[in-house]
Amino acid sequence: MDRGAADQVRLPPFIFAAERHELMGSSTPLFDKHIEAGARIVDFGGWNMPLHYGSQKQEHHAVRQNAGVFDVSHMTIVDLSGGRVREFLRYLLANDVAKLTEYGKALYTCMLNAEAGVIDDLLVYYISATQFRLIVNAATRDKDLAWIRDQGQAFGVTVDERADLAMVAVQGPNARDLAARCIAAQHRDSALALRPFHGMQAGDLFIARTGYTGEDGWEICLPGVAAPALWDNLLAAGVVPCGLGARDTLRLEAAMNLYGSDMDDVISPLEAGLEWTIAWEPDERDFIGRAALQALRDSGSRRRFVGLLLEDRGVLRNHQKVIVDGFGEGEITSGGYSPTIGKSIALARLPAGDYDHAQVVVRDKLLNVRIVSTPFVRNGQIRIDVEEKHDE
Amino acid sequence: MSEMPGDLLYTAEHEWLRREEDGSVTIGITDHAQGALGDLVYVELPELEQDLKNGGEMAVVESVKAASDVYAPIAGTVVAVNEVLADDPEKINTDPYGDGWIVRIQPSGRIDEGALMSPDAYQQFVDELDE
Repeated sequence: MDRGAADQVRLPPFIFAAERHELMGSSTPLFDKHIEAGARIVDFGGWNMPLHYGSQKQEHHAVRQNAGVFDVSHMTIVDLSGGRVREFLRYLLANDVAKLTEYGKALYTCMLNAEAGVIDDLLVYYISATQFRLIVNAATRDKDLAWIRDQGQAFGVTVDERADLAMVAVQGPNARDLAARCIAAQHRDSALALRPFHGMQAGDLFIARTGYTGEDGWEICLPGVAAPALWDNLLAAGVVPCGLGARDTLRLEAAMNLYGSDMDDVISPLEAGLEWTIAWEPDERDFIGRAALQALRDSGSRRRFVGLLLEDRGVLRNHQKVIVDGFGEGEITSGGYSPTIGKSIALARLPAGDYDHAQVVVRDKLLNVRIVSTPFVRNGQIRIDVEEKHDE
Repeated sequence: MSEMPGDLLYTAEHEWLRREEDGSVTIGITDHAQGALGDLVYVELPELEQDLKNGGEMAVVESVKAASDVYAPIAGTVVAVNEVLADDPEKINTDPYGDGWIVRIQPSGRIDEGALMSPDAYQQFVDELDE
């Protein structure tokens, strides 16, 4: 049978081989802390990162119920400056940085190519009229920097990669309260007063109320040399160290896209559930990919990007084929087990049409899935109807 | 590092085998294997009385991380499956050599012990993988 799924590896040679080469890549300033905390280290886009520290499920639950901390120092922080930087970003990004007028305000956006494929998704922070900060993915670092520098030349923009900075994400219902104990006293009140999607500089720390888990929390950029001490203080405050494994199951439950899985250079935001991030207005703003995007929008034949709940036993995985009777076939872009729901969930790109059930090819079986609204889980609560039965 | 009972035989695919008094053989995956897989979330078991070839697909174990085939280390007929795993796959994580057993097979012929590893040999095999 067609096994098809990249995640469906034959256990012994593949997994063990990956882990034997664990120390080939780059390490973050927190690498020793991960080893200290008992991490299982894996290669992630050339970085030696913690997969988990014992139990991925327990880490997942810690974030939903209390607070967890992730080392996300592998992500690329890019500071842009120049007199025309705002004008440049209005051209570079599909969302509109003109929405950003206050210090520290963040915006989630795609960076498109001329064909409206997604080069990367990123967060952009407004620092001043002439300074912005981008946080882009680790695996796309080289092409992102090349693209930004190339496009920025005509605008005289200075591109400064901040490899000196580390980044941690503290996430969970108790994350801000616990993390606030670990920052300088004079910044606590203002940091706790940050509204969602707002950030501020607090001494050496840039603290933003953002995240990738569907829970409240902070993402903190800080000098790499200062990161181990903050890590120690967070753990001492009761925050649980969490690996990339839990980060992936948390973001999947929150239905937050993963670049390279849910979208890439040949997928437009319209077919990746990201239309809400496109700023169509004002009409006269010309951004890279706009013409192609409008043509796709007007063609009306775009595929759906949906959430799936597995009604049978099993686990949905990336790249499994989805069959929609009478409509055609699609594919799971992100699939896995939801620790909060106790069932398997997925994001999938499916044929256009009006339907709410489908089947997924898993090994030699067809398993029933139901299309559900996303997010699956948000702020500790299951947001879908788990028990509705499949109509036979 | 891994716990490793001395009365079992092992395979290079990280399975263990235990000969039972009635001539059947109980099979599971090793502590090392469960550690590499991470938290188990689903186990697909064979049918009772299913005939398995040596090296044929016997079960699938799925963790939060990946799906992995478990191959039959000997030929024979399935005489028991660990039904508990349907609702509690993490038994494989918590007790891989005990409550986390997967399948019991009645061998169809002599077991070729030369193809299997002693506890010491498997320990050495795992140590080399960890290097």
